[in-house]
Amino acid sequence: MKMKLSEALIDAVMGWAVVFLGIALLVLVVVLLGKAMTAKKPAAVTAHEAAVAVAVPETKSSGPAAPGAAGELKLYDTPERDAAMIMAIVADELKLPINELRFISIKEVKK
Amino acid sequence: MENILETLKKLWMDSGFMGFFMGGGWKSLIMIIVALVLLYLGIKKKFEPLLLVGIAFGTLLTNLPGADLYHMGMWDAYVHECPYDPVNDYALYNSAQERIYTQDEYYYYVAARACGRTSDQIEEYFDTLASEGGDINADFQALVLSTDYDEDVAMSVDGSLVMELSFTDIAHLGGLLDILYIGVKAGIYPCLIFIGVGAMTDFGPLIANPKSFFLGAAAQFGVFFAFFGAVLLGFSGNEAASIGIIGGADGPTAILTCMLLAPALLGPIAIAAYSYMALIPMIQPPIMRALTTEKERSVKMEQLREVSKTEKIVFPIVVAGFVILLLPSTAPLIGCLMFGNLLRETGVTERLSDVAQNALMNIVTLFLGISVGATTVAARFLTVNTLKIVLLGLIAFCFSTVGGLLVGKLMYKLSGGKINPLIGAAGVSAVPMAARVAQVEGQKANPSNFLLMHAMGPNVAGVIGSAIAAGFLIKVFGA
Repeated sequence: MKMKLSEALIDAVMGWAVVFLGIALLVLVVVLLGKAMTAKKPAAVTAHEAAVAVAVPETKSSGPAAPGAAGELKLYDTPERDAAMIMAIVADELKLPINELRFISIKEVKK
Repeated sequence: MENILETLKKLWMDSGFMGFFMGGGWKSLIMIIVALVLLYLGIKKKFEPLLLVGIAFGTLLTNLPGADLYHMGMWDAYVHECPYDPVNDYALYNSAQERIYTQDEYYYYVAARACGRTSDQIEEYFDTLASEGGDINADFQALVLSTDYDEDVAMSVDGSLVMELSFTDIAHLGGLLDILYIGVKAGIYPCLIFIGVGAMTDFGPLIANPKSFFLGAAAQFGVFFAFFGAVLLGFSGNEAASIGIIGGADGPTAILTCMLLAPALLGPIAIAAYSYMALIPMIQPPIMRALTTEKERSVKMEQLREVSKTEKIVFPIVVAGFVILLLPSTAPLIGCLMFGNLLRETGVTERLSDVAQNALMNIVTLFLGISVGATTVAARFLTVNTLKIVLLGLIAFCFSTVGGLLVGKLMYKLSGGKINPLIGAAGVSAVPMAARVAQVEGQKANPSNFLLMHAMGPNVAGVIGSAIAAGFLIKVFGA
């Protein structure tokens, strides 16, 4: 059954709007979920930071966190470019997509 | 000696080679060449090889005359729920009159057409018969005896077996690929693949930055643009919806939507969808560079917050419940996607997650590829519509990228330059290829730029967005 162009246009606009509306509502749900979850998290964060401090007590924690690392990667005396290369090499060696790997920290071992 | 020659002649006449020289056989030859080209693209050029190699081999098998692995007419009979003639491989359905014929009506129709009656005259006769009663067989006899009609037609309509087909009938009557195709027809394979996709997907970046969801929605622009374009080119609403969903850049979603709305177009749509997904690294970069400035592309985004394990476990449960309640027609896709993701995140179902990601995914991919390839029967594939679908598929991909980028630019402005618009292009599902393309382009503009994790957010949002788009189209155009 052929469609009228006007009907097709309305369906197209309405379809895109429905996708946006559905996604907007989903964003709302996910944001609320995130707020509810993070509201009771400060203690856990402190514990995590303490663990990092214990794990690498001899290094300065002044190294900036790598951008785009999902907030999980700490660099210690390692330039971002080297860190990126290390992550890429590890992913390649393991034959795994880089987004499936989790890097916690990268530290230069000085002899 | 004469017997030997006779036997050899019979062998030749029964062989598939002879099929190339019989009516329409040359089309099969062209399709075999198409299959070889697809095999080349899959094996040599590595275009989505896991699926394309299977599709190409299915195309090869289904177009070998005499192989009888897949019967298009049998599936047409199932589609229209009307009698099917397996001897001649056609359904007893008159698409011009939109009418399903009984066996008697069909025979009469064929004979009457052979005798020079028009379709309208025959329809008028059927209507008279229905209102006043009468014996169609008697009239058929009279017609056959009184007219000098084409004997071939009489042969083809004489003594054919007629039946209504169900999955069980097809499993009994069909070839190997007919049986495997039941998994596509019943919508099983795409959903099983979605369980695997869910098990392989980390929604962490999306949970950390929920705004990414909007980029996944924006990148569905191509779906609806191509839908409108398809209607403009003369496709029906169902067909246009199936073609448009190519823009979702999500193979299982495209296959499921097409199977529900326009199964006859499944072959070309699946091939177009998977081919363009493989071509994302070639299709997207020129559009990305055209629509963004060097300054925008070089934006380094702030690191994402850490997402807790509990959030990752609750996410699939909440999303499945919410989206399915909102749009119930998304249930098969979203339900399976989120189920697979839950297996991944629970931490107590590692074996199941492993099976979903590897064994299940590989087995279903194998069956899906070869059975989708089987639908590319020459008579159905070699049409102008296939060319239109290939063109519209490309348009869909391009405009999905455009939609994602434009909303990405909007978010760049609204965020005061903190969001790199390139990640908008990753909103076209195609996980993780589109995210990688965003990473590569971002790094070209700024070598210290690492967009991959940021682009994964819109990328997986695109999977959800395309499922919602598909759900809308199925709801509007489904039976």
